[in-house]
Amino acid sequence: MPQWMLPLDLDALTGCLASSACLVTQTTSGFIIGMLLFLVAVGLTLIFGVLKVVNFSHGAFYMFGAYFAMTAYQFSGSFALAMLCGAAGTAILGLIFERVFMSRVYGADVLMQLLVCYAFVLIFDDVVRMIWGPEFKSMGMPAAFQVAPLFIAGGVVPPYYLLLIGVALAAAVILGLGLARTRIGKVIRAAAHNPGMVSALGINTGLIYGGVFALGGMLAGLAGALAAPVRSLTPGMGFSVLIESFIVTVIGGMGSILGALIGALLIGMIRSFGSLGFPLFTEGLMYLFMVIVLVSRPSGLFGKEVA
Amino acid sequence: MTELQAEQAAAVPQPEAGLQRSRYFDVLIALAAFAVLAILPMLTGSKALLDFVIRCSAFGLFATSLNLLVGYTGLVSFGHGMFFGLGAYGFGLIMQRTGVPVPVAFVATLVITTIIAAVIGAICVRLKEIYFAFVTLAFQMLIHSTILSWVSLTGGDQGLRGGIPRPAFFGIDLSNHVHLYIASCALLVIGLLLMRQIAQSPFGYTLRMIRDNANRASFVGIDVWRAKLTIFVLAALFASTGGIIMALFVSGAYPEFAYWTISGEGIFINMLGGVTTFLGPMVGTVLLLILNDTVTRLTEYYGIVLGIVILFFAIGLRKGLMDFVVEWYTQRRNGPVE
Repeated sequence: MPQWMLPLDLDALTGCLASSACLVTQTTSGFIIGMLLFLVAVGLTLIFGVLKVVNFSHGAFYMFGAYFAMTAYQFSGSFALAMLCGAAGTAILGLIFERVFMSRVYGADVLMQLLVCYAFVLIFDDVVRMIWGPEFKSMGMPAAFQVAPLFIAGGVVPPYYLLLIGVALAAAVILGLGLARTRIGKVIRAAAHNPGMVSALGINTGLIYGGVFALGGMLAGLAGALAAPVRSLTPGMGFSVLIESFIVTVIGGMGSILGALIGALLIGMIRSFGSLGFPLFTEGLMYLFMVIVLVSRPSGLFGKEVA
Repeated sequence: MTELQAEQAAAVPQPEAGLQRSRYFDVLIALAAFAVLAILPMLTGSKALLDFVIRCSAFGLFATSLNLLVGYTGLVSFGHGMFFGLGAYGFGLIMQRTGVPVPVAFVATLVITTIIAAVIGAICVRLKEIYFAFVTLAFQMLIHSTILSWVSLTGGDQGLRGGIPRPAFFGIDLSNHVHLYIASCALLVIGLLLMRQIAQSPFGYTLRMIRDNANRASFVGIDVWRAKLTIFVLAALFASTGGIIMALFVSGAYPEFAYWTISGEGIFINMLGGVTTFLGPMVGTVLLLILNDTVTRLTEYYGIVLGIVILFFAIGLRKGLMDFVVEWYTQRRNGPVE
């Protein structure tokens, strides 16, 4: 390889595409990355759609979800309880964060909102470092999932991965139907459209805002809890997830749930297959993709035209 | 933006005749500032203080150039740090690989920055508000990941190591600490003066008009895209100069210089100091660096302290320090507003 070239390994990529075993393995790993990203990104996109706030501290909820789940699992040994604690804990955290801090800067400059979030990224990371320590932690795979992996077309698929994908898909369906069909969903969509009118009709918009933020936090916390058995836990772990879910929401279109799903899966596949062909430039591929989408369709693949 | 814009708009009007006079005044202030900074090494033997000023020069140029975009043109760039990193890496690589004299490498780095900034800017400035922020952030991260992955050229995550050679030129030896200090101060003062001239020129007022109402600006015949691109490239040049100072100071370049956190810090500095005055970012730089140095010495939980300070400014004051001071001063002079 010439000295000035970027490292790239096309043989590994084409070799993998030719083998069904490798294809299955890489696709599942792409799905895992994608579904976790989707859970984080959909909260981000929901909060932006309704509150018009870019929640820069969203990664922290993912981090707290993972740590809450780990602690709950260590105390109770119950995987279900760990998931519940991860999701519920971050929902409460999201509600408090929105009501006490974010609600103060709604009318203000976008920069002020970003600064408040930036402040909390710093604070939350240090809080985790104080409580759980700076070192890498791991929750460990629950006993129920310590079984032989499945073989699909020669590819190895751990059963836990199937659960993870299933839970995330279920969350996507419930969320999509809930927003489209239920009364609360309608109120939320109305509040996204015209909060003044909604509040004039006697609906407490503050409550809706807090609720949406809690919901977004809960989804990110659920993602963190689901990721806890398969990822290592460290203060600052939310950050790379945040940046990636940012890319997802931007690619999919801010405020679009379908866009978040498609965007998350695209990024998952880029990461999974890109790591074969461009081992060191995988992240670069994602940013390149984001640039291309933003330049050709500034509002994202599924976003509304912003003129 | 509305609150800030209203304040800025109120502060803007200045008679054309005063422009020339205020220009001489700026030059005088710059000379005086440089004189004070240049005398400093004779008064104190403290290496730490000189180091502090050098770092202030690097970040001050960077933050003030960002204010040309954020405060004057209303372009909230989240990727301005890429030019800081580009300056550091460009200069470091040219010095390490070619061994040309320092001024040649300096100019060459600025030329490279101009080309890259023009290409990136041409793509970015078409987009509005939050999308501009996103796409600049994406470019920043693209450059960062390129630096990380292009190990053979940039040294990857280890950064440019082995030191940057700094051969003497015109009797200036940048490996001498005091010489480096004086050169940094000179670059800072010249850079600030040039940026001040840009901000006060008719072009600077065009930028303010674009910020306040881009449609109106294009109706009166201003090529908005071109004006935005011009300031994007100019700001990149000053950020790159900041990066060069940093590379000279640490005698190397590291991927963190091109990471998004540098852009984040730049924005934070601007908010800390205030974007409605020209020197606000400079004040913000000094504040942040002092904060940095004292807090890291006192506690390992740097994030919590810095976070609380940011919250104080964002939720408590709701404006930067210089904005606050200027407002307080005008209110005192003119009596209460109501």
